[in-house]
Amino acid sequence: MKSAAEKDAKQSALAAETAAREAELIARILAGERELFHELIRPYERGLYVAAYAIVQHEADAEDVAQEAVIKAYKGLKSFRGDARFSTWLMAITLNEARSRWRQAKGEQLDFLSDCEESAGDYTPSVLADWRYIPSEQLERKELRQALQEAMAKLSPEHREALILRDVRGMSIAETAEATGANEGLVKVRLFRARISMQKLLAPKLAPKQRGFMGWLTRKAGGQ
Amino acid sequence: MKLDCKHVWAQVSDYIDGSVSPEMKADIERHLANCRYCSAVLDSTRNILVLVGDERTFEVPVGFGERLHGRLQEWMDSSGTGG
Repeated sequence: MKSAAEKDAKQSALAAETAAREAELIARILAGERELFHELIRPYERGLYVAAYAIVQHEADAEDVAQEAVIKAYKGLKSFRGDARFSTWLMAITLNEARSRWRQAKGEQLDFLSDCEESAGDYTPSVLADWRYIPSEQLERKELRQALQEAMAKLSPEHREALILRDVRGMSIAETAEATGANEGLVKVRLFRARISMQKLLAPKLAPKQRGFMGWLTRKAGGQ
Repeated sequence: MKLDCKHVWAQVSDYIDGSVSPEMKADIERHLANCRYCSAVLDSTRNILVLVGDERTFEVPVGFGERLHGRLQEWMDSSGTGG
């Protein structure tokens, strides 16, 4: 079994390799081989959609946001300095586009950078006597996917954003902070709240002893 | 330090991220060894996050990639300038 230090070293080496490959692609695109931009964004396109959807909560809008974001990234590629990873820069453009779409749709001025958001609120978990592990294979069941999506929809947009970047995209706290424009402390607070809220919303529903996970799925599938 | 359950809940997210201090980690693990409720809170949170993070949970609409690259190409063709 590999140690954490070995894993970190391997990840750093992979990240450096990706950064070097992307820097070369960007140089070639800027020198005129613009078709290579398709190749540059391909590994990230799914993540852009998922992050956009986390904010706008609407399929067609999320798709439109992702399209607008890649066009903006293409137009602004010259301004990419390479201080951050390309993927983080691209994600930041997508989040800005999604937030702007969300504000237009809701007619609200939500300040995604505020650190005094919802100072009140109950962020305590659902307390259970035990937990039986639910394997990922259960995601083949639409009811489980739906339960996860519904719980996610109940979170605030900025909590969804943090959860998607960290727990779905696997970005680090520092990268999540960079992409969202929030500081690392705020990212950690949002992440804590998002994770506890997800546990609170889902654990009672999915816990085997309390309501019976399989029974719940069956009842849900039967529309009861 | 002896932690109570509320202290452990407050640290769950950082503990999952591996960002608590070695002392705090030891305190949490001492508590978890004797508290089935906090163990269930930690296990359920971790499990839910694994499910949330799975590709199958958030599917991308069919044809999304083609439409994305199609629109980008259209824009590139009409703009005439690169990057």
